[in-house]
Amino acid sequence: MTIAFAATLLILFVGWAGSALGLQYLFGVILPLVAGAVFIIGFVWKLVRWAKSPVPFAIPTVAGQQRSLDWIKPSRLECPWTTPAVLVRMLLEVFAFRSLFRNTRAERTVIDGTPRVTYFSNKWLWLFALLFHYGMLVIIIRHARFFLDPVPACIAVVEFVDGVFQIGAPRFYLTDAFILAGLAFLLLRRVVSERLRYISLPADWFALFLLIAIAVSGILMRYVCKVDINQVKEVIMGLATLHPVSPTGIGSIFFIHVTFVSVLLIYFPFSKLMHMGGVFMSPTRNMKCNTRQERHVNPWNPWAIDDPQANYHKYAEYEDDYRDAMVEAGLPVDKQPEA
Amino acid sequence: MYNAKFVIPGAIIFVGLFTAPFWTNVFSAKHEAVKLELPQKPVTFFGEERTQCIEPREWMAANHMEMLIEWRDKALRENKRIYVATDGRKWETSLQNTCMACHTNKAEFCDKCHTANSVSPYCWDCHVEPQGNK
Ligand code: HEC
Ligand code: HEC
Ligand code: HEC
Repeated sequence: MTIAFAATLLILFVGWAGSALGLQYLFGVILPLVAGAVFIIGFVWKLVRWAKSPVPFAIPTVAGQQRSLDWIKPSRLECPWTTPAVLVRMLLEVFAFRSLFRNTRAERTVIDGTPRVTYFSNKWLWLFALLFHYGMLVIIIRHARFFLDPVPACIAVVEFVDGVFQIGAPRFYLTDAFILAGLAFLLLRRVVSERLRYISLPADWFALFLLIAIAVSGILMRYVCKVDINQVKEVIMGLATLHPVSPTGIGSIFFIHVTFVSVLLIYFPFSKLMHMGGVFMSPTRNMKCNTRQERHVNPWNPWAIDDPQANYHKYAEYEDDYRDAMVEAGLPVDKQPEA
Repeated sequence: MYNAKFVIPGAIIFVGLFTAPFWTNVFSAKHEAVKLELPQKPVTFFGEERTQCIEPREWMAANHMEMLIEWRDKALRENKRIYVATDGRKWETSLQNTCMACHTNKAEFCDKCHTANSVSPYCWDCHVEPQGNK
């Protein structure tokens, strides 16, 4: 947690120093362009790497009855055996976080004098995860107003709905509150719960701190230390048309925000945040559960690639490799080691 | 690569969505900065001819919306209808009688900048728009 926090503060400092030292061009033009390229190339590279890994078994996770005999009622969605059903299941997963909805919490309780483990349905994580992700989505869509000229009408619709309460000027956006509420919950969850704190790694904290820093710097820029949005748009359009415009004169909060976002984009493909692409590629979600109808052959299997000469590792060879260690661990071996 | 028939379209959709600003802009003309129609003639406030905006340009561009809301609250909730700018000049806290007296061409000033940045103030649902530079 300390490491991640220090790293986030360091980025803050670098972003601020960049604008204070007159390196606006570096932090406002070069860094975001490089970060965007790293994000897109890294993301695709990761997808391709994942797509190259074979799935050795049919491993869909199921929460319902598989289709078998006619008189046993199968569960179409919980154990999908057709492609459309898998598709529906994926859509619900991506848009409604269905597997998070099933999140449970285990607790030790005493029932009638006997200690028991009880499982409670726990929807908070699901709720705040939804708040965060949809808040983030709408915020990203709203940012399109900087990248497109003329701004399409659908963006204005999103802005209207998001600011429907017409509080203050600049109008207060609901998603700003949603994203902060979501992130605050995700952070506090790790801080308050001992078990979660124990399993949290720097990468878990860093992703959260980075997102919080982005949201807070953006909100500050909109409501507190404002910048000339019109000039910001010129600079961003310069990036989007690859005719960079010098971003001098914009307040340092802009550079701090952009530096955080750039770090996020660079960090993204190599971090747990890649679950954005990963959710589509998780075999436990996207495989058909038709193990009773079809045989799933391990693509690693030399018979599967139809090559009798394939050079796979036989048990005898395996034992040759590890014989000493196996004997030492007291495992039975076919051939005794030479004395 | 396994499942290429799903992975490749997925990757293309991803790249397409995230680089959309580049593609849409590549085929349109080079982006041009918004050109605003600034007030030409001095306007008399408190018996004094003035040409300068209430506060410096940079400050106005970033903060005018907050200023307007503050003016409204001051005027309507506290009945303070005088605003003293940082340079000591006095202004009436009024959207129509102050801002729009100078920035008479709303379409070529406020609206132009707002449209470019997808901002749509709802003030004109009630407040009367000036009729341009007639
Ligand atoms: C240089 C460009 C520019 C000019 C000129 C301009 N505005 Fe704005 N205005 C903006 C931007 C940008 C925003 C939105 C800021 C944001 O979203 O953070 C805004 C927001 C507003 C808002 C708040 C809208 C809301 O509901 O959030 C009001 C009210 C407003 N402007 C009034 C005016 C008036 C009146 C004029 C003309 C006298 C004017 N503006 C001229 C750029 C401009
Ligand atoms: C005395 C006339 C006058 C009054 C009154 C006035 N302005 Fe201005 N305003 C100007 C002038 C002149 C400029 C151009 C300043 C410059 O370019 O240095 C300007 C610039 C601006 C800008 C910045 C435009 C840009 O180029 O980025 C905004 C926004 C703005 N005014 C809004 C307002 C608002 C809102 C009000 C009412 C609260 C107001 N003005 C009242 C004369 C006036
Ligand atoms: C529901 C209708 C309505 C809307 C929408 C509205 N106003 Fe007003 N506004 C009024 C009325 C009524 C007054 C009272 C006029 C008076 O007593 O001087 C007023 C007064 C004001 C005043 C002070 C007095 C004056 O002459 O201007 C300001 C400043 C003002 N409004 C700004 C705004 C701004 C900025 C917006 C947009 C963000 C806005 N108003 C939207 C109805 C509205």
